Amino acid sequence: MLTFDLNVRLGDFELDVAGQLDTGRVTAVFGPSGSGKSTLLRVVAGLERRAGGRLALGDEVWLDSARGLDLPAHRRPVGYMFQEARLFPHLSGLGNLRYAERRSAAGRRFVALDEVVDAFDLEPLLERKTSSLSGGERQRVALGRTLLAQPRLLLLDEPMSALDAPRKMEILPYLEALHPSFGIPTLYVSHAVDEVALLADRMLVLDAGRLVAEGRTAEILERLDLGPLAGRHGAASVVEARVMRHDAEYRLTWLDLAGQRLVVPQRDGFEEGEEVCVVIRARDVSLANRRPQGVSIQNVLAGRVCEVREDADSSFAEVSVDLGPHRLLARITRLSLHHLDLAAGDQVFALLKSVSLSKMRAAEEVEASPEHHLGEPLPLRPSALRRRAG
Amino acid sequence: MQPILAAGVPDLGPLWLTLRLAASATLILLVVGTPAAWWLARTRSRFRPAVESVVALPLVLPPTVLGFYLLIFLSPTSTLGGLWVRWTDTTLTFSFAGLLVGSVLYSLPFMIQPLQSAFEAVGHGPMEAAATLRAAPLDAFFTVAVPLSMRGFLTATVLTFAHTVGEFGVVLMVGGNIPGKTRVISIAIYEHVETLRYAEAHVLSAVLLVFSFVVLLVVYSVNRTFPLHVG
Repeated sequence: MLTFDLNVRLGDFELDVAGQLDTGRVTAVFGPSGSGKSTLLRVVAGLERRAGGRLALGDEVWLDSARGLDLPAHRRPVGYMFQEARLFPHLSGLGNLRYAERRSAAGRRFVALDEVVDAFDLEPLLERKTSSLSGGERQRVALGRTLLAQPRLLLLDEPMSALDAPRKMEILPYLEALHPSFGIPTLYVSHAVDEVALLADRMLVLDAGRLVAEGRTAEILERLDLGPLAGRHGAASVVEARVMRHDAEYRLTWLDLAGQRLVVPQRDGFEEGEEVCVVIRARDVSLANRRPQGVSIQNVLAGRVCEVREDADSSFAEVSVDLGPHRLLARITRLSLHHLDLAAGDQVFALLKSVSLSKMRAAEEVEASPEHHLGEPLPLRPSALRRRAG
Repeated sequence: MQPILAAGVPDLGPLWLTLRLAASATLILLVVGTPAAWWLARTRSRFRPAVESVVALPLVLPPTVLGFYLLIFLSPTSTLGGLWVRWTDTTLTFSFAGLLVGSVLYSLPFMIQPLQSAFEAVGHGPMEAAATLRAAPLDAFFTVAVPLSMRGFLTATVLTFAHTVGEFGVVLMVGGNIPGKTRVISIAIYEHVETLRYAEAHVLSAVLLVFSFVVLLVVYSVNRTFPLHVG
């Protein structure tokens, strides 16, 4: 359990947040630029020396300004991954890993050098100069280095924001596999909804230095009032589905979503019968009041309108569609909304232009093993990681 | 007067004295200047500009001014000079110790300024990364800041050494011209010219000229074309 009640003032900006985090899982820290996401992470890591308040991981107090206690960064058992990797340029890939390994307390070592080399495919990078590594390779080495510090809390500060789209796809499988494989509680800062939906099962939402929402990712993402914070392209829904079969001829995978079928481009590593998460961005959802005929879009889901949110200052409206067990968020123009004349309770068909797929998240696995306590790693499953990273 | 060994061949004593002085001053400045440069590179104190100005003073002051004040502060009649006489039975002025004090002050900016720039170039990023990898501040300094500032250290050391070798005004004011004790190479050249022994002046001047050129060549080559990688 991470308990925090923090206040820090940096120039005109003030971060003032309080709460508790169940640290058995991956929690996204989400919000628009300048909302204080990175500042929060820096305060937790002890990198922001002017923070006031109280911060504790379990019963270990890191900051208590009332008692004049402020543990310096190097004595807090966190692993921090920076946006820009921050590898040491005077050391090789291996040198960077060894730097972290050497300084971790021998008694508490639960991540071994071989394991991270294996998990992040670092073998070919070990002898290379860090200046010769690509952005994605740098982040992989940094990820390995962070884990070798044997952290009891992982802090990932937008680890993909400095990468272009292909590089993101290169590093994403490793990030997805991070928690299932190493079982370290994680705070993941991001302003990209799809990343959050794929990687985190809980989220904190920050706006202008204040905590505005906290809860399960799927629930938070469904809340229409948070839409503006996610930005123009931001809002998304996360729904659960089951893999029915793969279609080798068209290279597609068929999914069952609460009795309705969904088809996605085939992605390796998903077995038939497996439960998966489907992330659907609101801007990729169109609505129709009759089942459409003769369109190229394959994925059409039937549901009922449960909420409409319209802002007179915007050209867009957000419609929440009830699919039975799930809600789906659609972002359509206000003009379309009025043409369709949609109101709560109406039957509606959602056309999905694009969806992304992810494994069921580790949180469920963690919950399934109640004997797991904070700071005590889950048994390693390199095989699971292999499958995903490959 | 030193014996003249052969016509045109000067006594090399001043050369060895100069090298000893420059090496000692450089060593002292490395020890004192490194923490000072680190502080200047990292501090947000409002006293920083004042400290930086003091450090840069020897760059703009005529060496005779520095020498004059040193002569006054180090003389046996001053507090510091008096204490020195009580402890060591020698005077600070017109001695090697006095020359060393003068050289350290005179070459201070040549050590601190390159180091400060090198430390500033390291920035907060790598130091924060080291801290989150459990490196205590001193550990991080020696394992991250120092290796990343290697070129700064090389530049600072070489420039400090060379600058001390070339000093004249301060030495003349504080040390005078005592053979074997305070007669450094620049003073020896001056003396040779005064006494119209141009041959000896030529040899020593040529030594200094070549030495200075080589030093600058090393500094510029290292800074431009030779990225240092340690470890």
